[in-house]
Amino acid sequence: MNPELQGRVFAPVPSYLVGREKVREFARAVRATSPLNYDLAVASAAGYSDVVAPPTFAVVVQEATLAQLLAEPDAGIDFSRVVHGEQRFSYTRPIVAGDELTATLAVTSIKSLGGHSMITAESSIVDATGAHVVTAISTLVVRGEE
Amino acid sequence: MRVGDVIAEQAFELSRDSLVRYAGASGDFNAIHYRDDVAVSVGLPGVLAHGMLTMGLAVQPVVDWLGDRGWVSDYQVRFTRPVLVDATDDAIVTVVAKVGVVEEGTARIDLTVMFGGETVLGRAQVRVTFA
Repeated sequence: MNPELQGRVFAPVPSYLVGREKVREFARAVRATSPLNYDLAVASAAGYSDVVAPPTFAVVVQEATLAQLLAEPDAGIDFSRVVHGEQRFSYTRPIVAGDELTATLAVTSIKSLGGHSMITAESSIVDATGAHVVTAISTLVVRGEE
Repeated sequence: MRVGDVIAEQAFELSRDSLVRYAGASGDFNAIHYRDDVAVSVGLPGVLAHGMLTMGLAVQPVVDWLGDRGWVSDYQVRFTRPVLVDATDDAIVTVVAKVGVVEEGTARIDLTVMFGGETVLGRAQVRVTFA
C-alpha cells in the first residue's frame, strides 16, 4: 500500500438522498423493531421530521467513499486481500428519511503490522445545509502476500 | 442505572436469507456472503455474515431499551471473528448489553456478542445520549 495516502482528502462523492422505504428496508435487515424506524407518526411525535435510520445506516452512505479509496489508481490496495477490521460511527444527530447527505473521505492513518497493512479512513457526512451529521470511520486490514 | 447492570439480552438467528436481505438493503453484494464456492476460493471455511450485519443487529437491544428516551450518538466495534452461516442450519448470535460508564446525560453500553461460544466483536461500545 502506498504510504503517501496518509492525509489525503478525496473529493466529495455525489449526494445520497435517504429514502423512507430504504430506511425501513435497512431496519428490517438489521432486525430493528423500534417504531421510530418504521412509523412516521411515532417518529414525528418524538420530534423527528421523518422515520429515523438505525445507527449503522451511515454505512450505506459511506460505501461510495470506500469504493473511491479502493479505486484510487496509486493506492495499491488489492481488494481481494481487504478485511474489515474496525468500524465506528460518531453522530451529531440521527439520520432521518429525507436527508440529502454528502460524504467526504480522508485517510487518517496507515500502519504496517507484521506484513499486513492497516488503513483508517474517515468519511465525514454532512446534510444539505452543510451541517455535520455523522463521521463513519473504517479500519481496513490488507493482508500481506503469503 | 448502574455500572455493571445488564440492560438487555437477545439472540438472533441468521440464515442465508438474512444475509441476502442484508446484501440488498446495504448494497454490499460481496459474494462471500452468499456463495460457498466463492468463500472457499478465497480461503474462508464457508459463507460469512457481513460484519456490518452483526454490528447492525448487535446494537438493536440497546435501541429497544432506549426507546424515545435518547439516541445512539456513537457506536464502535472491532471485527475479531467471523460468523459462519451454514446453508441449512441457522447461526445463533447472542448479545448481552451491560452498562459500562454513566455520565451526565449520557452512558456507555458495552456489548458482548458471541457466536459458537466465542466473541465475534471486540471493544463493542455504544454511546447513548439521553434526550
